[in-house]
Amino acid sequence: MIVEAGHFALILALALALIQSIVPLLGARLREPAVMNVALSTAPVQFAFVLFAFGALVSAHVTSDFSVVNVFENSHSLKPLLYKVTGVWGNHEGSMLLWVLILALFGALVALFGVNLPQTLRARVLAVQAWIASAFYLFILATSNPFLRFANAPLEGRDLNPVLQDIGLAVHPPMLYLGYVGFSISFSFAIAALIEGRTDAAWARWVRPWTLLAWLFLTAGIAMGSYWAYYELGWGGWWFWDPVENASLMPWLSGTALLHSAVVMEKRNALKIWTVLLAILTFSLSLLGTFLVRSGVLTSVHAFATDPTRGIFILAILAAFIGGGLTLFAWRAPALAQGGLFAPISREGALVLNNLFLTTACATVLVGTLYPLVLEVLTGDKISVGAPFFNLTFAPLFVPLLIAAPFGPLLAWKRGDVLAAAQRLIAAGVAALVALAIVMAWTRGGATLAPLAIALAVFVILGALTDLVEKAGVFRLRPSVSLRRAGGLPRSIWGTALAHAGLGVTLLGIVCETTWNSEKIASLKPNDSVIVGGYDVQLTGFTQRQGSNYREVIANFTVRLDGAEIATMTPSKRNFTARGSSTTEAALLSRGVSQLYISLGERNADGSIAARIYYKPLVLLIWLGAVVMVIGGALSLSDRRLRVGAPRPAKAGASLQAAE
Amino acid sequence: MTRRQRRLALIGGALAVLTLAIALILNAMRDSIVFFSTPSEIATKNVVGKRFRLGGMVRPGSVVRGDHLQVRFEVTDGDRAVAVSYQGVLPDLFREGQGVVAEGKLDAAGVFAADTVLAKHDETYMPKEVADSLKQRGHWKDDYGKGSAAAAQGKP
Repeated sequence: MIVEAGHFALILALALALIQSIVPLLGARLREPAVMNVALSTAPVQFAFVLFAFGALVSAHVTSDFSVVNVFENSHSLKPLLYKVTGVWGNHEGSMLLWVLILALFGALVALFGVNLPQTLRARVLAVQAWIASAFYLFILATSNPFLRFANAPLEGRDLNPVLQDIGLAVHPPMLYLGYVGFSISFSFAIAALIEGRTDAAWARWVRPWTLLAWLFLTAGIAMGSYWAYYELGWGGWWFWDPVENASLMPWLSGTALLHSAVVMEKRNALKIWTVLLAILTFSLSLLGTFLVRSGVLTSVHAFATDPTRGIFILAILAAFIGGGLTLFAWRAPALAQGGLFAPISREGALVLNNLFLTTACATVLVGTLYPLVLEVLTGDKISVGAPFFNLTFAPLFVPLLIAAPFGPLLAWKRGDVLAAAQRLIAAGVAALVALAIVMAWTRGGATLAPLAIALAVFVILGALTDLVEKAGVFRLRPSVSLRRAGGLPRSIWGTALAHAGLGVTLLGIVCETTWNSEKIASLKPNDSVIVGGYDVQLTGFTQRQGSNYREVIANFTVRLDGAEIATMTPSKRNFTARGSSTTEAALLSRGVSQLYISLGERNADGSIAARIYYKPLVLLIWLGAVVMVIGGALSLSDRRLRVGAPRPAKAGASLQAAE
Repeated sequence: MTRRQRRLALIGGALAVLTLAIALILNAMRDSIVFFSTPSEIATKNVVGKRFRLGGMVRPGSVVRGDHLQVRFEVTDGDRAVAVSYQGVLPDLFREGQGVVAEGKLDAAGVFAADTVLAKHDETYMPKEVADSLKQRGHWKDDYGKGSAAAAQGKP
């Protein structure tokens, strides 16, 4: 019963979204507040309906109602409760429902908290938001209905793909979707601005926190997905340049660019047209990501969907929104007023440089991701574009960006002085050179570029902190005074410094892990041992265990350092009875921010087992850097300036009435 | 600086970065792209010494394990088979009769020396390239890709 009610609620949400797509626009055109305000009630109610639909699906999963096709295909009565819940979005239909739930949530938030937005702008933003929502409700109801029932209910479900039964996967998709879908707000604002024919600092002040929020979740989501792949897939790799990973990286890159250009727009009222374009492109890339993952056009780890009708439907959504958005942009953008002037060497100039490199890097990822598809369509040749391609294109474009990152915040608005900024960065530069010398002297082997990359990482981290240190007067004033000053600094300054430093931390992790990781692959019998990265790892024996919906064989390893036993590690192989498939649970041992990693292969007839043992120096920095970036973003988001409502623009000119 | 000069500087900078990116992409495309071939295509093309991906089904009964994690198996597309040698840990879902993609080079003796073996982490998964080539050759069976899914779904 509740399942049918959920289905019905989703249909009602579609009806509301259709109303919200049209009525507020008419209201904005007629300048009729009562008509515009229809969106204020439809958006939250729409969210309530989708929430109910989502709740219905969750309850069907929790109660193991196998008469529902979606539950039968992705659940099992013996599955732990946590994974019964997270299994809701571990499949195509459920994850699309989560997608629209988040979309409706954001729409409701704009309706509820956009009190100080200009009335017409808010009405138009909510209408655009409803266009997106309607398209996806239709998509779900027409091609991916999670509420379908069997006439004869099966007794037991087929279980969720075992690699997805993991806490990392429980949190990763919602985070990623909050990011993807969060950019829909920036998109709606951009389209609304184009319809209005005006943008101003107040517009940017509104767009920036939304973009920042989406960016935060996307950053966290990508990092979590990467860590999940690292420990769950058992290959010890944390980034595969898999098309699905690229699909999340592209909106991240252009979203990062948007974040920076929105700053220029807010502070200096410049780069308006570019910011609007970036807002459209960022959400377009999010839609592209959804298309790539959900249409099954790419086959990869994440491709759960293989139905071509879905692909065509999403492609139509994609074409309508990207094509429509860009057409509207081409038509209306010239109407947006020109912004303030600035010299090439200035904070604005640095942010333009940042945008230039970020979008170009994003474009290379796009080329690498789509090229195999295009080539296959055109010539029939099947190719794979892997890590070597991206290392040769993406990395060189990121280096200038990293070198420039510490300079940006030190330049003044309007007209900056690079030499003065360089002088202030001397300490960071010297530290980087010292790091370079130390790394060159102490390590043997590895890529020749590695020490340079480490020096760059040190420069980025210390350079990012330079601004903080100077503003707080750490080496000039008494500690108590500088502490107070540091506490009194605007949080956005802390945010910038931390986010940039996080980038350096991640780089440090990436370089150390890829250059100095050691790997041993061996066939081991009990009491055999191997030495990896200075650690003596010995296989002591096997134990069997029965889990809730799987059986597992655990290999017990004892780890010794200089003869002293420091830990035991227990990687295992799990066999999931319902699907007859197995997964490898890697064992991780953290030593500071470095890790020892063991994953198992198959067991041989003679009692030996294949094992991959890695020592990964400083590997945790890769994700800690992302955590630092997220903390920086969150601090920036909590800055007073962003919480204070944007002032209402003095008066909308009469000339704007014909703005449609 | 006038608005015009500023715009020219901006466009110049953008073009410079774009040119750099295009140069990087073209350079990378020259040597970092891996082609996909099936056993039948190998028979007709000269691919010895070139790096490529070989895809097909693991021929049932062909897997032979040796010392030090040496494995030999045959990959077939229904018409022809190619012997593959690999040293290392095979993925969880590597099975006889299942789809597989191996990356490496063909040696002079006609054995494909793989350094990477991919079998994706979904038991119903069939690599797209493999599925396409099997369909093309008429060796596709509906239950290959879907596994038990198609059978179990039944008619509601």
